[in-house]
Amino acid sequence: MPDIKVTCLGAGQDVGRSCILLSMGGKNIMLDCGMHMGFNDERRFPDFSYVALEGPLTTYIDCVIISHFHLDHCGALPYMTEIVGYTGPIYMTHPTKAIAPILLEDMRKVAVERKGESNFFTTQMIKDCMKKVTAVTLHQSVMVDNDMEIKAYYAGHVLGAAMFWIRVGNQSVVYTGDYNMTPDRHLGAAMIDKCKPDLLITESTYATTIRDSKRCRETDFLKKVHECVAKGGKVLIPVFALGRAQELCILLETYWERMNLKYPIYFALGLTEKANNYYKMFITWTNQKIRKTFVQRNMFDFKHIKPFDRGYIDNPGSMVVFATPGMLHAGLSLQIFKKWAPNENNMVIMPGYCVQGTVGHKILGGAKKIEFENRQVVEVKMAVEYMSFSAHADAKGIMQLIANCEPRNVLLVHGEAAKMEFLKDKIREEFKIDCFSPANGETCVIRTPLRIPIECSLNLIKKELKAYNAQPPDPKRRRYFNGILAMKDGKLILMDLPEVWKEFNGINRHVIKFSSLIKLETASTNFQIVEEIHSLIKDRLSAWEVKIVDGQSIIIESVVVKLNEENADKNLCVSWESQDEDLGRYILGLLQTIS
Amino acid sequence: MLWILDNIFNKLCSKLTDFMFLNIVDNPLEKGCRSPNRHFVNKTENNKLKYFKMKFYCLSNDPVHACYVLSFKELMIMLDCGLVMETVLNFLPLPLVQSSKFSTCSNWNHPKLNDGELKKAGNNIFIDSSPEFQPPLAKIIDFSEIDVILISNYMNMLALPYITEKTNFKGIVYATEPTLQIARFFLEELVEYIDTTPKPNQASKWKEFSEFHNLNNLNLELHPLKWKKLFTLDEVHKSLSRVQIAGFDQKIDVFGALEVKPVSSGYCLGSANFVLSTGLEKICYISGSSTLTTQAKPINQNALKNSDVIIMSGLTQAPHINPDAILGDLCLNVVLTLRNNGTVLIPCYPSGVIYDLFEILSQKLDDSGLSTIPMYFISPVAEHSLAYSNILAEWLSSTKQNKVYIPDEPFPHANLVKNNRLKFFKHIYSEGFSAEFRQPCVIFCGHPSLRFGDIAHLIEQYGSNSNHTIIFTEPDFPFLQALAPYHPLNMKVVYCPIETSLNFQQANKLIKDLKTEVLVIPKVYTNPPNIAPNRDDLVIDRQIAKQIITFKCGDCIKLPLKRKKNQVFVDPDVALSVIPQEVMNGVKLAPLSGILDVKDNVYNIRSVDMNCIEGVPKQLLNSLFKKQVSYEYGTMNQMDIDMFLNKLKQEGITDIKTSQTNENDGILTTKIKLINEDISIDISDKGTHIHCGEGKQNLRIKIRDALLSCLNKF
Repeated sequence: MPDIKVTCLGAGQDVGRSCILLSMGGKNIMLDCGMHMGFNDERRFPDFSYVALEGPLTTYIDCVIISHFHLDHCGALPYMTEIVGYTGPIYMTHPTKAIAPILLEDMRKVAVERKGESNFFTTQMIKDCMKKVTAVTLHQSVMVDNDMEIKAYYAGHVLGAAMFWIRVGNQSVVYTGDYNMTPDRHLGAAMIDKCKPDLLITESTYATTIRDSKRCRETDFLKKVHECVAKGGKVLIPVFALGRAQELCILLETYWERMNLKYPIYFALGLTEKANNYYKMFITWTNQKIRKTFVQRNMFDFKHIKPFDRGYIDNPGSMVVFATPGMLHAGLSLQIFKKWAPNENNMVIMPGYCVQGTVGHKILGGAKKIEFENRQVVEVKMAVEYMSFSAHADAKGIMQLIANCEPRNVLLVHGEAAKMEFLKDKIREEFKIDCFSPANGETCVIRTPLRIPIECSLNLIKKELKAYNAQPPDPKRRRYFNGILAMKDGKLILMDLPEVWKEFNGINRHVIKFSSLIKLETASTNFQIVEEIHSLIKDRLSAWEVKIVDGQSIIIESVVVKLNEENADKNLCVSWESQDEDLGRYILGLLQTIS
Repeated sequence: MLWILDNIFNKLCSKLTDFMFLNIVDNPLEKGCRSPNRHFVNKTENNKLKYFKMKFYCLSNDPVHACYVLSFKELMIMLDCGLVMETVLNFLPLPLVQSSKFSTCSNWNHPKLNDGELKKAGNNIFIDSSPEFQPPLAKIIDFSEIDVILISNYMNMLALPYITEKTNFKGIVYATEPTLQIARFFLEELVEYIDTTPKPNQASKWKEFSEFHNLNNLNLELHPLKWKKLFTLDEVHKSLSRVQIAGFDQKIDVFGALEVKPVSSGYCLGSANFVLSTGLEKICYISGSSTLTTQAKPINQNALKNSDVIIMSGLTQAPHINPDAILGDLCLNVVLTLRNNGTVLIPCYPSGVIYDLFEILSQKLDDSGLSTIPMYFISPVAEHSLAYSNILAEWLSSTKQNKVYIPDEPFPHANLVKNNRLKFFKHIYSEGFSAEFRQPCVIFCGHPSLRFGDIAHLIEQYGSNSNHTIIFTEPDFPFLQALAPYHPLNMKVVYCPIETSLNFQQANKLIKDLKTEVLVIPKVYTNPPNIAPNRDDLVIDRQIAKQIITFKCGDCIKLPLKRKKNQVFVDPDVALSVIPQEVMNGVKLAPLSGILDVKDNVYNIRSVDMNCIEGVPKQLLNSLFKKQVSYEYGTMNQMDIDMFLNKLKQEGITDIKTSQTNENDGILTTKIKLINEDISIDISDKGTHIHCGEGKQNLRIKIRDALLSCLNKF
């Protein structure tokens, strides 16, 4: 059987730098093209030399699919297209196409202007890269070429996040990107139909977690924030500009409104308004409730949340600040962190996953002292809270998705090796399907069954249908089907035998027919004889259709048993055509025993 | 396409060398959402014959507000559900407040009818009753048998509540998201207009007399008994809740038998044409389409190419008007009126062309130094319509779409509203309207039939002054008849129909490019339109398709789609058991057998597991499945017969008598008789018949094997 090959350049038993190569039916597809936030060297980008030692990738890769705008899924795209070189098709959803360049530019600034890195892409490169992108809508079936088709499903993880179904020839794969199976404050739940792919490539960030109810976590979060500001502390919430930030803003906004609180909340990003504008414009991608009410009240017009100014860092008194980036690896959030960390009244709330190597990851691990590149050491006295607001599917959600789309195989990516191992067993046990979790650089080969499509003459189908319908209904009845497969001009057609002679004029059938006589010595009437033989054959050959014709012949396939009467002598003539040799001989033998 | 990676597949392919270039495509029917479970068995039983024929029913007399039904492969598919509204022009307008004009107009007495059902207004006679509409024709088909309704654009959805709520329809409705939302605006507006101006009396006697059926010289074909009162708001909501959203290029699986794909038609926001295909046939339904690109995503012509059947309707309603000059005309009249201190009334629907008009007029006003002139948009759904249009980025033309990436609103009317250039109100009596209202101004207001909605009041208010102008842009209603009850009028009347759907020239070109076998069109498209009877160019060209079939309202026609083939799938192990024989140059044949699984109309042939069969004698298993059978072909000429006799000799069968006769219907037959055995062999062109007495089976097998070695077989 043909294979599907999967190689992880990133996200294999790992979170960050998602980049998965998929080969099937002679096509090579790159799923996501992310960068790793934990590295500052060449390891932050996927190892494109795996695809081609040098030179552009266009000839080796047939298409690139980006699942959503998070940088660990699209961060390396400009590097790949503009520096390594790729001019082939790139697909993403409309919101992703709108928002990704903003985040890329944001990151570029941090990397180049603040850290002074070189060998990084430029603003123009981001623009050129985005020009190559084809935007797709949900459920639209896009023919990449004659053999390859892709289709996006709603993934719910962030605005515009999508899962992609990819078909090449007879084989199909679903790549989930990051997804969320429970609706949140502004997005709906991921949705997929029973598309029965050969392979499901799913993220497994929360492979072992079953998260407690959303409402509890929200109350917990609000309580902690409220307590901290009430005693004069400052709360830092590192976020990415789009996504979780909007959900937490809605949460705090409604809480402040309800509790009538006056502590200032700042959103430290010039992008705020712009970001919210994207949410407004792509409101069709948010959840039902926001879509229904958007005309009366735009959920993304916040009353209590004001733009942040760098000068506010040293302001006295309590405040809540949302700052980017989300993993405290650079930028303003890190700057604020350095200032606020030594004060035990303050608090930092990490609302999402932090990849290894980032400050966020370190403090979540309990580090009390952080050393920076310039030998600066920051003592961490502030409270560090981790709240899982990342909109990933938990173990239950992953299992639910598998149940929904009924794949033949599952491959886990975007998670930690040990957790994957646990989930793998669970999937094998529950669904009785194979499950893989390759490490980065490892190739997985998945075998898929093959079905060959052929055209079939309608006559043949009609004939079978007629015979089938003539029998009493029985759902267990097997439907035997046979015909002649004709191959001409590279086309396959299944025909009924008579059609073959008609279609191909050059050949005639040569029927070979056999007849044998059996003498009968009996006093029964003709009618009785025929009935008796009929019931005998029917009894023995229940799987066949046994017909009586003209009251004197019994027909089974091409076998004819005919009762003749000559001068008061009765005999049976059994004849058949050569293709029914076995059947004819059997019936002849059967009748000889009773005569 | 050398993607054959695996040994077994290689083996298969080398065996079937002809396969090498075989394009192994997946059955598209297998994809997409499975529809709810249905009892196919029962349906198959009932419709054995229907399965193989395609029929087409026309349930509307208006090719623009269409309603058709296609029956195909056991399915009943309704194409569009348009509401014919021209009927309302026969009724007296429903003013918002007591109107001196319409409450005092005199009864029109006729010997047959003199109890005040008919009134005279202006120079015409109108029915004094709540207006009635023409829903799709009933009684031609049973609506409960409809499986699917496909809606191509919001204008063609307005009769949906009649079908879903007033019949026992049980199927699914598909429409694009904008179609659903905008149709909701249209329906809510329509219902609100009628509901706010209730009529105490319901006239019905006039229907009994044919002389009252077409009082206003309208293009009405159908009997008023078929006209219906409007549905309620509740019915609208219930009806729309049944609609399932479909996106462009989304393949929708319909009970496994058919794949339906909406493709962009370029006519208005979310408007679609439909491609219906099985693995082998392709039928396209082209409804309102446009090759212009103003707001909506451009038409997808590629998807419509090379169909077996194209059904086309929804062409322009103003074929005789040159569209290029219209916008200039319109702007000129607006500017002239405003300079004259007059007010401009533009009767309109709550969505569609008005978005363009806002954009164009605001620019024109700027250019003419009239930037301070306000525009008013009066509709119960005005606010929703404006807000909604700006969140439909994915459905817009690329120019508009690119604005979203900035991010900017795709339509400029959001800015016009922010800058107070465009103001919207639910009604002219809504709070704040009178305070905000300044003249001169431009007022967009419904309903374009002028029979209900705030426009009725505005015409009465402005009609007597010749400074004001009313501009008709919607081509759905003949403007003279629409204005008839308001006469006498002094205001200027301008007719500038803005028609974006295909005209005849464009339609002819489109069809020519698409190359279809059969074109199905309304009969009216083959004759010049009534408004311009001499324009022979305003027809569909007879030559553009191999076959053109026309229909009219109430027709049921058979479409010549001769299905000869169906797609089946063969499991690899079945294919591997096939041993092809070359019978002619380039033709290979092989018997194939297996077990047929039919699931959701997808045919799959898998191999037989011989061990699981019970109740069949072991030696007959192969026979039952026609496994290892072969078929002989070719003729036995004299040389072959000699060879056969030789072979018999080798087997020790020598005592033979040969003769030739043509006693069997003149067919030359060689008779071979084994003298001492009770066996004879007849050989002709058609075949060989071996007669054999009792107990001679071993000998018969010998003869058979000798014969088979002289013949070709596959």
